[in-house]
Amino acid sequence: MSAFAIFIILIILAGLYLVSNYNSLVRLRNQVKNAWSQIDVQLKRRHDLIPNLIETVKGYMSHERETLENITNARSQAMKASTVAEKAKAESALSGALGRFNVVVENYPDLKANQNFLALQEELTSTENKISFARQNYNDQVLRYNNKIEMFPSNIIAGMFNFTKEDFFEIETKEEREVPKVDFGK
Amino acid sequence: MWEIIRANKRKSFLLFAGLGIVLLLLGYLIGGYLFGNEGAPLGIIAAVGLWLILSAVSYFSGSKIILGISKARKITKRDHPRLFNVVEEMTIASGLPKMPDIYIINEPAPNAFATGIKPENSAVAVTTGLLAILNRDELQGVIAHELGHIKNRDVLLMTFAGVMLGSIIMISDVFIRGMFYSGHSTDRYRNRSSKNGGGSAQVLFMILALLFAILSPILAQLLYFAISRKREYLADASAARFTRYPEGLASALEKLAQNTYPLKNANKVTAAFYIVNPLTKKGRSLSDLTSTHPPISERIRILRNMMHGAGFLDYQKAYMKIKRSEKKLIPDSVMNPDEKITIRKPQEITAPLSEKKVQRKVGDLMMTFNNFRFIPCSCGLTLKIPPEYRKDKVRCPKCGRIHSL
Repeated sequence: MSAFAIFIILIILAGLYLVSNYNSLVRLRNQVKNAWSQIDVQLKRRHDLIPNLIETVKGYMSHERETLENITNARSQAMKASTVAEKAKAESALSGALGRFNVVVENYPDLKANQNFLALQEELTSTENKISFARQNYNDQVLRYNNKIEMFPSNIIAGMFNFTKEDFFEIETKEEREVPKVDFGK
Repeated sequence: MWEIIRANKRKSFLLFAGLGIVLLLLGYLIGGYLFGNEGAPLGIIAAVGLWLILSAVSYFSGSKIILGISKARKITKRDHPRLFNVVEEMTIASGLPKMPDIYIINEPAPNAFATGIKPENSAVAVTTGLLAILNRDELQGVIAHELGHIKNRDVLLMTFAGVMLGSIIMISDVFIRGMFYSGHSTDRYRNRSSKNGGGSAQVLFMILALLFAILSPILAQLLYFAISRKREYLADASAARFTRYPEGLASALEKLAQNTYPLKNANKVTAAFYIVNPLTKKGRSLSDLTSTHPPISERIRILRNMMHGAGFLDYQKAYMKIKRSEKKLIPDSVMNPDEKITIRKPQEITAPLSEKKVQRKVGDLMMTFNNFRFIPCSCGLTLKIPPEYRKDKVRCPKCGRIHSL
């Protein structure tokens, strides 16, 4: 009798453990999703800003066709990307193109005095910042979630209910991570 | 992140409890003196009651009061897109549930403060002087420091501690005035209780109450300032972590330290809320027990000593090195030893503005926030039209062209 009672209690405890583990996996996965949506909002915002930017600078920068085309191409690539890994790659290419654009802008003092352009540049800078701060948050959440999936015993539950690992949102190369240096000394 | 709040809560709580004991003791001694031995608990109840009422008032309208005292005005994104964006960025970086409201104070003295008992209804306020002299990275550092205060729940703690300090000052002030200016009433109390036979105890209560009434405001202020100083370091550490660029805040503090305007509409209690002490004219270099803020030069040196990263560990290392102390700011138990937060590159390098340009920029910003209209004239002059101007045409004072409004 007592052995049977102990057996029942153990079953219940195991069940409770399973439920709590399952719930924390779900919670972590939702946090990852939430963090991703925060990045996504900012990426969309950046895509929306770029046509305006091109429109504003076109008149000033007729000699910089290539730079501007690079941005447009990188943008359309980024908009086509669907998975996290693809997006990370395309978006860091876009960041690189915008970085090179910012260097070129230094040669156009007229443009730098244009209020419209300055407002756009502020929006772009801010959006880039928001992307990088949101990315940090997203990667933290993914790390916690992936750890949980890999570790025993939650890995068993993750396997049973088909929880899969999420990709990190990483900047591709070291070169693109570097912010271009701008010299105002001249 | 959550653990750091809890850990520094414990330390701040001890100082807070110290303030509470001062308040209780003051109530006890005054109650004992006025109403005899049985009256002492009554004094405690009265003192705590006063504190509770004042706390309730500041809990429900503290933000409004401090924003009102400092004459702050709420702005939207259109008024100053950059400030708005920077606050938005730091909200994301700090993971606050809601973006704080943004207020502008029309003052040439550069300063900023955060308020809001709960992160959900918090606000940051900056002066026009601050906006005029800081570049983007520096502004980000200052805003991150303020959001650090909100995130670490400093506003809550400093509000209740500030109210307690206020109560203590108020009680001892009223008591001492009462003793000196109306000898009659105190005589009456004393006579009544001597009839009850508690004479010597009464004299003892009187001496202790008077002594304590004189000492307690000083003691309470020292405790209050000690809490405040600790929170400043922690907010600096948070700012470095949020921005991943300690130099931004360091160079902002440097600029603020050079400021020569004192801030109007600030006092000893509200001073604890500002990023730099608004009451001193120059950033002082010596550590001072009667200051709400650690010396700016020390805060700058700590931030500039964060060589290898922008995490809490790096700040702690720099803090211990500069302070030459073994005492830790943040206990090890709450820190993640593997945390690696790399320092990012600066976003823009701007040449420092001349004093004249700064003054003009402050003036322009103030006019923008006061709804002035700016009309560029083709002769190079910019006409600044006050909102009271009612006519529909204006003549340029330099070249005489007529502009229609």
